[in-house]
Amino acid sequence: MPVTSIGKYEFEPLDKVENFHGNQLTYINWEKHLLFCAPVCLPLPPEMLFSTFIKETMPGVYGKHPDFEKINWDEVTWTLDQVDFIPDMAASLKENGLGHKSLLRFWTPGLNGIEGSHS
Amino acid sequence: MAEKRKKKLGIKQRYSMLTRGLSWETTYQDMDKVFPYDKFEGIHIHDWEAWEDPFRLTMDAYWKFQSEKEKKLYAVIDSFAQNNGHLGITDARYVNAIKLFLTGISPAEYQAARGFTHVGRQFRGVGPRVACQMQAIDELRHAQTQIHSMSHYNKYFDGLHSGPYMHDRVWYLSVPKSFFDDARTAGPFEFLTSISFAFEYVLTNLLFVPFMSGAAFNGDMATVTFGFSAQSDEARHMTLGLAVIKFMLEQDERNIPIVQRWMDKWFWRGTRLLTLVAMMMDYMLPKRVMSWREAWDIYFTEAGGALFKDLERYGIRPPKYADIATKEAEHLSHQAWHIFYNYTHAAAFHTWVPEKEELDWLSEKYPNTFDKYYRPRLEYLDKEEKAGRRFYNDTLPMLCQVCQIPMGYTEMDDPTTISFQSSEYKGDKYHTCSLGCKDIFDYEPEKYVQAWLPVHQIYQGNCGGPEIEDVLKWYNFNLGADNLDYSGSPDQKLWNEWQAHRKKA
Repeated sequence: MPVTSIGKYEFEPLDKVENFHGNQLTYINWEKHLLFCAPVCLPLPPEMLFSTFIKETMPGVYGKHPDFEKINWDEVTWTLDQVDFIPDMAASLKENGLGHKSLLRFWTPGLNGIEGSHS
Repeated sequence: MAEKRKKKLGIKQRYSMLTRGLSWETTYQDMDKVFPYDKFEGIHIHDWEAWEDPFRLTMDAYWKFQSEKEKKLYAVIDSFAQNNGHLGITDARYVNAIKLFLTGISPAEYQAARGFTHVGRQFRGVGPRVACQMQAIDELRHAQTQIHSMSHYNKYFDGLHSGPYMHDRVWYLSVPKSFFDDARTAGPFEFLTSISFAFEYVLTNLLFVPFMSGAAFNGDMATVTFGFSAQSDEARHMTLGLAVIKFMLEQDERNIPIVQRWMDKWFWRGTRLLTLVAMMMDYMLPKRVMSWREAWDIYFTEAGGALFKDLERYGIRPPKYADIATKEAEHLSHQAWHIFYNYTHAAAFHTWVPEKEELDWLSEKYPNTFDKYYRPRLEYLDKEEKAGRRFYNDTLPMLCQVCQIPMGYTEMDDPTTISFQSSEYKGDKYHTCSLGCKDIFDYEPEKYVQAWLPVHQIYQGNCGGPEIEDVLKWYNFNLGADNLDYSGSPDQKLWNEWQAHRKKA
């Protein structure tokens, strides 16, 4: 039973992909870097290349952290929707399997945040 | 000859005539048509007359009682204003707690008034109907008296000018708003379980005691007096909360699992909402009352523990995930303050890094967590701010589909890893911050797929425009005054001028 109601109760979800003007929502989290209090949410074009995402999107999101410039992107490990994932830099977000409201988490080995506090 | 006057009615008789005597069984129309909402939730009631009202309050007595309290309250509010009471508070940072209360809690009182007005019509039993009608008036009175008590601050401080308007729009105010929307759109029995029981009975002490003692400790007599004026109402509300639970449990054993599920749901939603209070207690009161951890131990673990022991005989167990909530009491306020510190450029109150003695207080109150996880971060933020690089998070956060709070909660067995839960419904993904919120989503997905999540609404273009500045204008913020760090704010400037003037005098 999807809801307790007095009658038929079916409505359009508010966040269907069609409502985002050609973009899809992507959630991103830099693990063990809680200076950023929560994962972020961005509307991104599904055709964007993964390499462009790294080069152009990521610095705007996480560039303020002193660890950011130390990231070696070849060593970064990823999960996509909670499953281990190796991105293909030359392929688009969509071709990499990112869908609407996908969750992308990444770990940067050796970088432990402000004074090792995971912040 | 005048007829001999009849003897006055006794209290019991009077109560019976002025409440139970006002109802009747309908004959032209089926009772189910007149009261269409009190069965669909699956609650079985066999005898509505079994409803006990421990206060036996009638409307005429209610008016008399309330007007007495009102006279006292408004006398104090007047004298507070005439004596420039705002000059007597501990520090202007305190007013930020008032801002949060006025935009987050007072409109929720009004929401509660709407909810109780609705269910005060919908029960076929007259006992609960009358109790709900009185509470509806109480809640309206609370919204009104809170606005009157706190409006004095609006003359001097920023961020207090558009409470109800902001409540409908601003991202963090969607947290209390969605809580009450969820309750009001449920059936009448779930509404009472959510607001009267989980909120007013189990959790209210965690809201009211900290706020009102916080006000007393920090020289805010207007708010303290409001608190006293509301206290006897709250006692009545708590009693209604327990009465409705016992009524449902005693009427039919098929009600037990339904009531249990509602308790689980609304306990969890309530603790999520109280995150805002936790942060107020630990970070926003210049003179602190007690830590959130201490308040949780006293009011939930001890008092709540006794309550659930009492309910055991009905087959009710303590709320699911209460153990997780208790572990979270070590982290909640720090994580919440950090969320607001990240996004103060988009909030209608100020944040700041606590001063050194305040950090020491937090270290002492949270020996297991504060120095390890939170203090280094705050000291770093302080250093950055003093170097002219006050940190703000430039990207909008991911929100929980149910509680709508940015996903800043962490795993309790690994407190530096964010807690992620997700579900699929009709081909779309939905993310939640905890098992508690995930359970709520999974039981009624059709309800929560309609959640008005502020971040997603901004990206859809429904909040004033694409730039953050457009959105803040749409929130009716005065940019540069209502938002940003306390340091450098007009509030701080004015306060410092007053203090300098006082020294000279």
